[in-house]
Amino acid sequence: MNTVIRIQNLTKYYGKHRGVLNLNLEVKKGEIYGFIGPNGAGKSTAIRTMLGLLKPSSGKTEILGMDTVSNKTEILKRVGYMPSEAAFYSSMRVKDVIAFSADLYGRDCREEAGKLCERLKLDTKKKVEELSLGNKKKVSIVCAFQHGADLYVLDEPTSGLDPLMQKEFFSLVKERNQAGAAVFLSSHILSEVQKYCHRAAIIREGRLVKEDEVANICRASAKRVTVQGITEISGIEAADIQMLENGISFLYRGEIRPLLEKLSELSIEDLTITEPGLEETFLHFYEGGKRA
Amino acid sequence: MTIAKMEIKRNIKSLLIWSAVIGGMIMLCLLLFPQLKKEVDSLEEALKNMGGLTSAFGMDRLNYGEIMGFYGIYGGSMLGIGGMFYSAILGTGMLAREEQEHTAEFLLTHPVSRERILFQKLGAMVFLLVLMNGIVILFSCTSFVMIGEEPDWKIFWIYHGAQLLMQAEILGVCCGISAFIRRGSISLGIGVAALLYFLGLFKNIAEKADAVKYITPYAYGDAAEIISEGGLDGKLAILGIAYGFAGVAVGLWHYRRKDIL
Repeated sequence: MNTVIRIQNLTKYYGKHRGVLNLNLEVKKGEIYGFIGPNGAGKSTAIRTMLGLLKPSSGKTEILGMDTVSNKTEILKRVGYMPSEAAFYSSMRVKDVIAFSADLYGRDCREEAGKLCERLKLDTKKKVEELSLGNKKKVSIVCAFQHGADLYVLDEPTSGLDPLMQKEFFSLVKERNQAGAAVFLSSHILSEVQKYCHRAAIIREGRLVKEDEVANICRASAKRVTVQGITEISGIEAADIQMLENGISFLYRGEIRPLLEKLSELSIEDLTITEPGLEETFLHFYEGGKRA
Repeated sequence: MTIAKMEIKRNIKSLLIWSAVIGGMIMLCLLLFPQLKKEVDSLEEALKNMGGLTSAFGMDRLNYGEIMGFYGIYGGSMLGIGGMFYSAILGTGMLAREEQEHTAEFLLTHPVSRERILFQKLGAMVFLLVLMNGIVILFSCTSFVMIGEEPDWKIFWIYHGAQLLMQAEILGVCCGISAFIRRGSISLGIGVAALLYFLGLFKNIAEKADAVKYITPYAYGDAAEIISEGGLDGKLAILGIAYGFAGVAVGLWHYRRKDIL
């Protein structure tokens, strides 16, 4: 079995409101897969449907080769999930939440939980109601990682974590991935996806607008062209034009040769053409879609 | 049993508070019995003049000067009201509280079926009800010893059994309601309990309202009815059990299908 997540024609409506529309994607074994989209795009709906919290309006989702509607319990035994906003039983202590989670998996995870708490510097004696957002995230990490899953589904996992903890968290993700687990990472922080993910999907208004290797997504979309010596361009189809002190910068999508021919007619002093970052690419897809 | 244990632990404080308040009130009333027994004639005269209130609380059918009659009027009211409110709040909060406090996502993304969640929670709530009734009975028995009275034990146990059954029925019905709501469970629980209790009182006052006995469990759990008749109405009790099971079945049916937001 090479496919860990398979979503086929998934549509989910909340009454008349759109959740996701005809979503198709596949995550392979051993992959770290990024799932990018603005607020309300349908990321959490897709994840919640995958995990059986929501019933799909149509289409199907399979995890680890099993249908999520009929095999939810079997699937969840092998999945570690981190929600975007972790909520636990407020009167419980951290150690009790972690033990409760392990009991629900039917496993004795005390050793692994201890290691994770030490690594994340988590005080297990505190009550949940006393925890900051960052510490709640840490509890969530321990609950998701203590039982050694085959698939980790992480929804906005680093929000609230300080940079050092973010680094520690991603080293943990990489370790688990190197040990064979697949990771489905939903994030707003595009640099995270660019840095850690092999492939990614961009979702907008419930629809998948792009799915490819992260490097290809950046490459295929547009180039960032920065020209010194001119402050005006004409005859070039440019987007996201930014005026510089002695030049101009813009996104260009198309053949390079006509661009160079056009530029050679102008009195340019310097020229750089770079791959845009994933953030720029994301905005390109999102804003491009808005215009359409 | 993981979820059941967690639920019991989570609700233990409120259980102790409810038990202590209901048991304590009953104890307080029973400790006054020796003094009131001496003034029974003048009290009975006063009670007869209270009109509809006398029948509402079954005072027209119970002997105020006897320990079981006195226990039925005061203990019956305290445990009747308290037990109904406690079981209704437990029931309506059973599933809705998870969504209200946003813990449903945490629970349901673990490898545990919705059926297992519902039945373990229900088991825990029944256990809490039994424990609450046990503590209240302990308060009552201690009070009997303190005042040197002995109740009619047979009727005493039938009455407490009927109370437990009545609370279990409300728990089952409210468990069903709980599957349909996402918030406001405590208010709804209080509303349901108050409605059923006042329907019971209404039945005692107005003869034409006899049909409400098929709706409110207070009809078979009423101390005045049990003590004066020497037992409980089996048909109504069976109907109550059926309502309780129906509540759980409807709750389970909806809970298995609903989206957790």
